[in-house]
Formats: sequence, C-alpha cells, structure tokens
Amino acid sequence: MILLGEVLPLSSNAESAGVRKTALNAAHRELGARMVDFNGWDMPVEYPANSSRKSGGLIAEHLSVRNSVGIFDVSHMGDIRLHGPQALQAVQHMTMNDAAHLAIGQAQYSALLYPTGTFVDDVLVHRLGEDDYLLVINAGTREKDLNWVRDAAKNFDCVVEDLSDHYTQIAIQGPNAWRTLQKLTDADLPKVKFYWFTHGTVSGLPNTLIARTGYTAEDGFEIYIPSDETTSVCVWKQLLGAGEEFGILPCGLGARNTLRLEGALSLYGHEISDIITPWEARLDRFLKMDKGEFIGHSALVNQKQRGPKNILVGLEAIDRGIPRDGYNVMDRGGRHIGYITSGSPAPFLKKNIALAYVPLEHSAEGTELSVECRSLHVKCKVVPTPFYKRPRRTPVAGSNALSDPAPAADSGALPETKQ
Amino acid sequence: MAYPPEFKYTKEHEWLAVEGTTGTIGITDHAQNSLGDIVFVELPKVGAELTAGKTFGTVESVKAVSDLFAPVSGTVVAINGELATSPEKVNSAPHSAWMVKITLSNPAEAGALLSVEDYEKFIAEEQ
Repeated sequence: MILLGEVLPLSSNAESAGVRKTALNAAHRELGARMVDFNGWDMPVEYPANSSRKSGGLIAEHLSVRNSVGIFDVSHMGDIRLHGPQALQAVQHMTMNDAAHLAIGQAQYSALLYPTGTFVDDVLVHRLGEDDYLLVINAGTREKDLNWVRDAAKNFDCVVEDLSDHYTQIAIQGPNAWRTLQKLTDADLPKVKFYWFTHGTVSGLPNTLIARTGYTAEDGFEIYIPSDETTSVCVWKQLLGAGEEFGILPCGLGARNTLRLEGALSLYGHEISDIITPWEARLDRFLKMDKGEFIGHSALVNQKQRGPKNILVGLEAIDRGIPRDGYNVMDRGGRHIGYITSGSPAPFLKKNIALAYVPLEHSAEGTELSVECRSLHVKCKVVPTPFYKRPRRTPVAGSNALSDPAPAADSGALPETKQ
Repeated sequence: MAYPPEFKYTKEHEWLAVEGTTGTIGITDHAQNSLGDIVFVELPKVGAELTAGKTFGTVESVKAVSDLFAPVSGTVVAINGELATSPEKVNSAPHSAWMVKITLSNPAEAGALLSVEDYEKFIAEEQ
C-alpha cells in the first residue's frame, strides 16, 4: 500500500525547519492527533479514537458537528486590523463586498481581488468600531495578504496592524455549540445573530471577541483569545469539558474540509485562486459592483459583459468511485472539459460529491458528466449547491421557548468562511 | 494492535497469510491507521492474475487514495465481497478483513517478505 494522493499531506514531520505551531500544538498531541504540515503549519488532521476517547476520526468528527458540537483550533488563520479616519474607505477599496452597510458588531464574507478581478484571498470583515475593522484571512496566504493589504491601504489615513500572532482562534461548531460555549461565558449567545459578534468574558478572560461565524455550514461560534499557551490550553480544555454532555469531539482539518465541502464553501487554492474571478466561482452575491470603485472592478465589468467561460458547479457521483481534487472532468463524449477543485466522500450526506469548473454550456443542473478517477470513469451529474443546508431549528409547539433559544442563528443561508 | 506472527509483511504495508498454496492478502493495522476512515475498496475480479510488486486494487479513505500491491504472484480465487458494503471492517479488524485470496504461482516469493519482527522494526523506524 502506498499513499498516492491526499487532500492533506501525510508527513508528520513537525521538527523540520520553518514549521509553525499554534499554542494548542501540545494539547493536540496529548489528544493523540495525527498531525500534518498544512501550509507550513503543524496542524491536527484528525483525532483517532483511543483508550481515553471512544469515538474519533474524521467521520465521527464530521458527524459530531452536524449532530451536536465539535471544536477546531483555527489559530493558523491570520488577523489584520485596520483603523483610523479612512479605514472604511480603505476596506471598500480593497474588498469586493460593501462594508458601508456593516453595523458595529457585524461581519461579512468578502474577498481581496487583484486588478485582474481574480482572488488574492477570501476574508471575513468584522466592524469592530466606528473606524475599526478586523479582516480574518487564510493561513496559507498570511504574508501575501498582509503585504497586499498594506499596499492597498497606503493612500488612506489608516493604520494596518498584523494581529495574527496575538490570538488563538477556536471554532465551536454545531447545533449544540451555543450551549457548550454558554457555560463558559456571560455573553447572551442566543442574542448574537448569525454573522454578528459580541464581546464577553470567556473562561474568565474579559472582553473576548465572540463571533457567530464558522466554516462548517452549521451554526457555531469563533472565539479569539490571547495566544499564550497556558491560556489557550485552559480554554480548549474547558470547552471540551463543557461539551462533554453533548458528546463534543475535537475536530481536525480533515473534518473541517469535508464539512465546508458539504456546504460548498470555497477554499483558497481550490475553488478560488489568482486565476479565478467571483463570477466564475459564483460568489457574485458578495460582489457589490455598484458600491463604487474597488481593486478589480473594471476587469470584472469587462468579464461580466463577455460572460465567464467556465463556472463552478456541484457534482454528485452516480457510479461507484470518488471524484477528488485535480481529477479531470469529461463530457459524455469523453472530451476533457474541466477539473475538480475539491472532491470527497461526504460523511453526513453519504454521497461522493465534488466542486468542479466546467464550461457554461455543461453547467445546467442534471447534466451528466464523467470524472476520470484514476483508472475509472465515474459518471456524475450536476447538482445544486450547497450540497448540505442546515435545517432550520424552529421551536417545537408548546415547548418552553427558553429551553431552545437558538433561533438567532437561523437568519438564512449566508455562506461561511474560511479555510 | 498485535501483528500476527504467522503473517508475512511488505514495506507497502500489506500482509500475507499462506496456507498450502493459498495466500490471503490484506492491509496492516499501521496502514489502516495512516489512511483513516476507509470508505471504498476496489478489488480485482476472480481469475485475475497478480504479479508480485504490482498493483491489484485501491483502498480509499475519506481523504486518501492508496494502491494495493501484491506481496506475491498468483491467481485470484476469491475476493472479500463484504468490503463493498462494509469497507470500515478494514479499520476495525485489519488483520481479519482480508481483500483477496490467491493461488500462489511461485510460493518461494513469500520468502522474500518481512517477518513480523522485521515489519514491526520497519514501522517503528518509519515513524
């Protein structure tokens, strides 16, 4: 048996030069995590079941988030703060969504684009205060993004600060995420709407940023705590303790990837990249062409007039076989027409699903295509995305509304970010 | 999980159990552990010829694809059909969830495989 290809590399070579570790690294190893080098970070890919944890591994982790709650260390993500009199103008200039409508305490999915209209990265923009914004960016693009943001902001009266190393970021995800986190905080979590945030005391840490965001297509929160190891490990362990009654599992990057894929959430370097535009990636609902000038605007005007040639579609395998990242997509005549950006078995949906770029004329729902899965040609069909949409959890008639006060999360199908 | 002392092993993490001229092939606990949750096993048909060192199928977990390499040469006489519907058996019982049974065409090839001691030493060094 030889490992041929993986979504994540298998090497567990943490000692090699230049590999970065989060403050929770030792805690992951103590839990028996399988570690991988992910974009230069030594990160847990999964936490196999062991003598002290009956359930574990990618599928169990994925299902724990869909059915109850799981936590992820996402401290490898970067954080850039922009503040000053022209912070809003700078954010408007460098992102594709319209930040002018953000209230203080609100967040939005957006992206940084090159003048060509292609992606530098996708980001979450949080409005912290009057002229104060926080951009949460991807791990693999931290330095590139920071340089790019500094350059894009240079003509505006605002300060760009890299806060990436200041925070340990933990995502608590799943329908029981709020119940879990609520045990550790005085913030009134059911009052926090999806894609909004608040500040509260978490595990005794005052003024902690608590955002109702995530990258799992599930309800959940992301918290930003000081990045020293003692504090980080303490909060991580308290979360695991608080979630014990709900069957909480620590979750690795493997489950993070399959959860986001079921939700058809983009991953930089896969669905979006420096050769892909928002039209092609079907992210135009976050692209506000009429908000005024921004970097990439004129290229996107041109592409809209021409129409994109290729477009991102969802595929579901009909035959046995697993379409995976990078595999070729063929039309029914066997002609090579596109490629898979992300493909995997979907643990909750129990189907083999993929996202792929194909020419517009092959993108209609129901179109049959085939994917070259190594020696097999696997028949697939184009299906609507997201593959998975979380159920609206309406209170049961007659039940005490206070017993399940989570409706604030159900404010629609905003995509969540991020890698 | 203990590695059965009567098995022979490959550096590609297959095991081989020989009874007379019949060989049974599977993957080791170490292999299933590195792969994670196994969701798909593709095996050859009965009658197929395996050649030592060449691929004869694939095993897929949620996040990885692996080739299966024949430890020895032979003709497939049975495949474990249970793995089509319950591939997770490879995770829970790797040393009994066999993949194929073959009639050995050159039993001497088994002599070149690793003993349990050598295999355990090999995976300890690999880690």
